[in-house]
Amino acid sequence: MEKKRTTIVLFSGDYDKAMAAYIIANGAAAYDHEVTIFHTFWGINALRKQEDIKAKKGFLEKMFGKMMPRGAEQLGLSKMQMMGIGPKMIKHVMNKHNALTLTQLINMAQEQDIKLVSCTMTMDLLGLQQDELIDGVHYAGVAAYLADAEDGNVNLFI
Amino acid sequence: MNIIKTLDVKGLACPMPIVKTKKAIDTIASGEVLEVLVTDKGALNDFTAWAKAGGHNIVEQKEDAGVLSFFIEKA
Repeated sequence: MEKKRTTIVLFSGDYDKAMAAYIIANGAAAYDHEVTIFHTFWGINALRKQEDIKAKKGFLEKMFGKMMPRGAEQLGLSKMQMMGIGPKMIKHVMNKHNALTLTQLINMAQEQDIKLVSCTMTMDLLGLQQDELIDGVHYAGVAAYLADAEDGNVNLFI
Repeated sequence: MNIIKTLDVKGLACPMPIVKTKKAIDTIASGEVLEVLVTDKGALNDFTAWAKAGGHNIVEQKEDAGVLSFFIEKA
């Protein structure tokens, strides 16, 4: 039997939306789907390494790099950000309810062989380089995404 | 009932119960039964749907003091 397929475009760089994307992705993998998460624009920030990676960049790229969150746990909330208090509160509640953090969800996704893809075109725009992203990420564009999505049983844009 | 394995995912939140159950069911053979203990409120619907999609058979389910037990026979 051919495996079913789920694809998710993660456009948002909000912590809560990225969590939703990764929970659905991990659930789909448990449903025995082949799963692809295609990260574009702000969604790529979820894949950034936390440490400051020295890379050769122009002025604007450096500025972008500084202004955008570096890694999953630095992302803000789509609602109730409250200058950073919101994320602290929600992480406290998540811990209480034994919910996985976004970082743990990403690790779980990699463990379940979910294909994490980063859009190379947006990486150029935002001045992000491959060294700055976590290991195991694939690099591709719209055609590669569509190749997965056209066979997709579940395709989401978050 | 040929219960070969028990998985305790009490206290774990979505999507962990299903993710762990999937991992556990991959380790047993067809016809063998996996027992899963879970407290997640969504589990009743989640496990029913998940088992159906995979063709597995929930032979028995029960609830005791907020803990749901599923006995899942692998397809």
